[in-house]
Amino acid sequence: MAMMNISDILETIAMIEEEHLDIRTITMGISLLDCCDSDIKKSCDKVYDKITRKAEKLVATGEQIEKEYGIPIINKRISVTPIAMVSACSGGNPVEYAKALERAAQTVGVNFIGGYSALVHKGFAAGDEALIRSIPEALAVTEHICSSVNIGSTKAGINMDAVALMGQTVVEAAKATADKGCIGPAKLVVFCNAPEDNPFMAGAFHGAGEPDCVINVGVSGPGVVSTALKKIPDGNLTDVADVVKKTAFKITRVGQLVAREASDRLGVPFGIVDLSLAPTPAVGDSVAHILEEMGLEQCGCHGTTAALALLNDAVKKGGIMASSHVGGLSGAFIPVTEDAGMIDAARSGALNLERLEAMTAVCSVGLDMINIPGDTPAEVIAAIIADEAAIGMVNSKTTAVRVIPAIGKKVGDELDFGGLLGGGPVMDVNMISPAKFISRGGRIPAPLQSLKN
Amino acid sequence: MRAVITVVGKDTVGILAKVSTFCAEHDVNVVDVSQTILQDMFCMIMLVDTADMKLEFTDFSDQLKSYGEERNLKIHVMHEDIFNSMHRI
Repeated sequence: MAMMNISDILETIAMIEEEHLDIRTITMGISLLDCCDSDIKKSCDKVYDKITRKAEKLVATGEQIEKEYGIPIINKRISVTPIAMVSACSGGNPVEYAKALERAAQTVGVNFIGGYSALVHKGFAAGDEALIRSIPEALAVTEHICSSVNIGSTKAGINMDAVALMGQTVVEAAKATADKGCIGPAKLVVFCNAPEDNPFMAGAFHGAGEPDCVINVGVSGPGVVSTALKKIPDGNLTDVADVVKKTAFKITRVGQLVAREASDRLGVPFGIVDLSLAPTPAVGDSVAHILEEMGLEQCGCHGTTAALALLNDAVKKGGIMASSHVGGLSGAFIPVTEDAGMIDAARSGALNLERLEAMTAVCSVGLDMINIPGDTPAEVIAAIIADEAAIGMVNSKTTAVRVIPAIGKKVGDELDFGGLLGGGPVMDVNMISPAKFISRGGRIPAPLQSLKN
Repeated sequence: MRAVITVVGKDTVGILAKVSTFCAEHDVNVVDVSQTILQDMFCMIMLVDTADMKLEFTDFSDQLKSYGEERNLKIHVMHEDIFNSMHRI
């Protein structure tokens, strides 16, 4: 047939229908720098007006593309300039901005707005500390707002005062939402080397170097990769890497197509495609299962870090040629509660926090969506953040922590969030105290970038 | 634009005729057709031009889909670019 190969067409349809290929998100980045006003009420009104104006057609356009191309687009989201920058100008209670963002999210019908954020890797500027201290309340009084704080970078080192503060903030965010299943910290990410164009939540924000408005797209498709690997049960690891690359290429091409269409139809420049493998709790959409398909008895056993390193690198190599601009986080995600295979491995004890930390050295993001005991001290959480940031800082990569203290629960209890956030067991945490180390404060100096051993 | 209609289901008499009649009724021009039997399943792929279509694309796609459901057929209508993007460099 002149037009197309039948098996190619059926392959695409099977990827979508049976293997959960989807566009995880179209995220519109909107700069709020021109909304700053010395009067906080005016400033909030300008924020609301600009978001609802720019994103008026975002959801409808996403749905239209979804229908025409037959590819599910799971989320339509917005990322904005870190609110600490806007509130630095107006002063006042930053929670007012969270409320304005919430109203805007409801008006335009998006799933989330990210950017209740502060960038403090070298220190606190005006507005930063007030914003961080307001995060627990902001996440408790809103539904659609996501928050992130960047506390370290390869060039700046790690701001340990901010790390200590974030340890407390995570605990308080959990307490403030204890009646809502501790959902607060599930919407809060602590970053090292945060990307400015990430379309994925909860860490999306619109960086200061970004244009006024931009479209970023995040793809997904762990199910497609594991199905492809099932076809070579006895292939060696070179074959495995090749299959992952080819699959990542195909997935990313769809992301590029959707990004270009959304950008054209909305009249907003295309930013990047984020070529991450983002799992969901649905059966057959798990990153852990890809690792198990490679030959691990269960995710978390010895060999997991090596398998993940192969996967993460092959995803990038395959995806990079499929898109004109790649950015964001771009790698395999390992959120525990959002991944059926990770949940099973955490429940059986195959997967622990230390193994997860090692895995974050070779893949995207970091310790993500991990339920920890509700009585975990703030300084232990701060130390978890510091460890993770150190991995990111030294390896020049993004790392992050999104842990959820399950208030009133202990190791082995379950905490569920529902939807894409999933749910899972409360995992064991090493409680030997790092309190003195954390209380020292100050900054960990930026690391040497040569003599790499 | 050009779209790809795929029909997958148990082979019965007149599937091709029915789908092409449906297209004709809505001024959708059939450019190319290919069909095959895969493991007892009938599988038809039709490339169509929707430039003169009287319906909104989404309505056309929804109607064809529910038409298929009534007859135990899986029908998809998708913009051809998704296949071109994925399988051609």
